[in-house]
Amino acid sequence: MAEIVLSNVQKFFGTVQVIRDLNLTIADREFVVLLGPSGCGKTTTLRAIAGLEDITSGEIRIDGKPVQDLEASERDIAFVFQLYALYPHLTVFENIAFPLRAAGGARADVEREVNAVARALDIGHFLGKRPSALSGGDMQRVAIGRALVRRPKAILMDEPIGALDAKLREDMRTELKRLHIENKATSVYVTHDQVEAMSLADRIVVMSEGVLQQVGTPIEVYQNPANLFVAQFIGSPVMNISDAKLETEGGQAKVRLGNASEAFGVPVTLPRAIEASGRGDGGLSLGIRPEGVIVAHQPGEGLVPLEAHVIEPLGAYDIVDLKVGSGVLRARTVSGFVGKPGDTVFARLDENQTHFFDTRSGQSLGVRLGA
Amino acid sequence: MAAVKSSGRAAVNRLAVVGVIIATLIFLAPIYWIASTAFKPRALATTVPPTVLFQPEITSFIKLFVKRVQMNKAVDPATYAAAPWWEQRIMDNGERVLRTGDNVQLSGYPSRFMNSLIIAITSTVLAVGMGTFTAYGFSRFRVKGEADLLFFILSTRMLPPIVVAIPMFLMYRAVGLTDTHIGLIILYIAFNLSFSVWLMKGFMDEIPKEYEEAALVDGYTRMQAFFKIVLPEAATGIAATAVFCFITAWNEYAFALIMTNRRAQTAPPFIPSQLGSGLPDWTVIAAGTFLFLLPVAIFTFALRGHLLRGVTFGAIRK
Ligand SMILES: Nc1ncnc2c1ncn2[C@@H]1O[C@H](COP(=O)(O)OP(=O)(O)OP(=O)(O)O)[C@@H](O)[C@H]1O
Ligand SMILES: [Mg+2]
Repeated sequence: MAEIVLSNVQKFFGTVQVIRDLNLTIADREFVVLLGPSGCGKTTTLRAIAGLEDITSGEIRIDGKPVQDLEASERDIAFVFQLYALYPHLTVFENIAFPLRAAGGARADVEREVNAVARALDIGHFLGKRPSALSGGDMQRVAIGRALVRRPKAILMDEPIGALDAKLREDMRTELKRLHIENKATSVYVTHDQVEAMSLADRIVVMSEGVLQQVGTPIEVYQNPANLFVAQFIGSPVMNISDAKLETEGGQAKVRLGNASEAFGVPVTLPRAIEASGRGDGGLSLGIRPEGVIVAHQPGEGLVPLEAHVIEPLGAYDIVDLKVGSGVLRARTVSGFVGKPGDTVFARLDENQTHFFDTRSGQSLGVRLGA
Repeated sequence: MAAVKSSGRAAVNRLAVVGVIIATLIFLAPIYWIASTAFKPRALATTVPPTVLFQPEITSFIKLFVKRVQMNKAVDPATYAAAPWWEQRIMDNGERVLRTGDNVQLSGYPSRFMNSLIIAITSTVLAVGMGTFTAYGFSRFRVKGEADLLFFILSTRMLPPIVVAIPMFLMYRAVGLTDTHIGLIILYIAFNLSFSVWLMKGFMDEIPKEYEEAALVDGYTRMQAFFKIVLPEAATGIAATAVFCFITAWNEYAFALIMTNRRAQTAPPFIPSQLGSGLPDWTVIAAGTFLFLLPVAIFTFALRGHLLRGVTFGAIRK
């Protein structure tokens, strides 16, 4: 098992820069998920670590040893491909044994190791079959078995379960988590599915257009998004983002969203905190997740009357679009809380879940209403 | 409704089967003609209408392999009784086997046949081998001017070969390659290589690069990955390419006729040359042709599994 350190890694395909100045440390035994939209460079990053792609500049160290000039075969890293890449002409057993044979393992050892992995993954009953005879989920188990069998320094997985259907994906997610807990292999996992990322990761690395946006535990990334991109990429339904203006009148501070006629009350200390952050010259954006919008039937202290627009019942809860000026604020309510579109409800923003961003740079100001 | 539909489909199927059978019979008719002529007694070979029922014999094959002359008087019964059975068959035809000392003189056919085998197999192996490596390079690595190079390779096929026959002959004569095995092998490789590269490139492109990459990260060198993963995956393509190259080299007539006359002569120019000497013995020519057809048939049949299977994408889903 090993620590992986990327320092100032850059990657160009021709003149197109796919990875920009990436710095990242993946601790020994850690499960790190690279998360980002399609084309943001996740696969390229993973392939660079594996040695399947040369980097243009920068350094990659595994266990302290620079490896950017080593061949893939010399890095002792396993790679699980999205499309499994099981060798069609070999049986499942031979597929899993393949990495061991490279190292010239003795026959009995190979057999023992393969059987141990097969047992852990519950694939012992089709070791004699060809990969083409397997279902997608089983192929993926075999591919993971092939990665685990050699006990490599790290396991890299590129959307390993992305091609499976939803139910199977959930099962495999649980299984991957269990395998990681049992094996404790340093793992780097690529996905664009945030649910997968949240549930598997020790730490999530959010990328966009080749740039690292934020690194943190799932909770950190969810609760303290570093910028507007992360704020909107993580979480479903997505975070409400709106232009915001701070107003102070009669010793009271308020924040007005867009061109709304009513403003939400905020602590009087907020304007100063924003000023103290030294950012926000590029205009202010307010972000709040739907569960941070608190809705009541009755008017009350600090509550702003808003008209409900679209109501989406999602079973466990409803998502209600509230009209705020020409925009909407999406609120999460208990099922059936708002009767029908057009009803007026009363809402306020949960201080602890409100975020402010500099609109131009997109960076979080790092201030909270509650602070 | 469903029953009507499925019985309709069954009828179409039956029709297709009948069609295939008819087509097969038409295609096999000339081959049957050659084969049957090869096994006919000489007297029945040229009857009109053709004889269909006859006692098959292998006299023509014996004649094909040995050098013989016409006898001008009947064979002496004691000599006949002492001769081995195959020689008796020849004597039945009023001919005598030529010997040097005690050794039977072979006709030109066996050595021409061997030449054909040596030249066709060697040129096929080399053309397919080089084509496979070249195609792999084009398929997997960024090659500067790849499109131009591939076009250049293809362009070597654009000139009809016969156009260059005379200059080639003069060059070959100058460097002493006429009537040599190596000369024809080089020629046939040149004919087949462009074809082999293009065909193999298509097959290589179809093999997902993830297969090799998986092998690379699993501790294999690129060379090992090529032999352990790429080659088995490319088996279908290699088989198909080999069959085509072999057929081209095996059947080639024009250059073999021009470039060789004895030592390295192949069967195609030799078989018709036998027509000229005296009254043609059609059974012997049919026997020679029949044997000449066999290697391609056997080779193709042996590789049919690969040819029919097509490329399987096994465990990669596209
Ligand atoms: N071999 C290549 N040559 C040129 N451009 C490439 C190559 N591989 C990837 N790219 C480009 O680099 C960018 C990043 O690709 P990458 O595959 O790393 O994205 P990704 O985050 O894995 O996306 P996805 O979620 O779709 O798999 C994309 O714009 C892609 O078009
Ligand atoms: Mg990808």
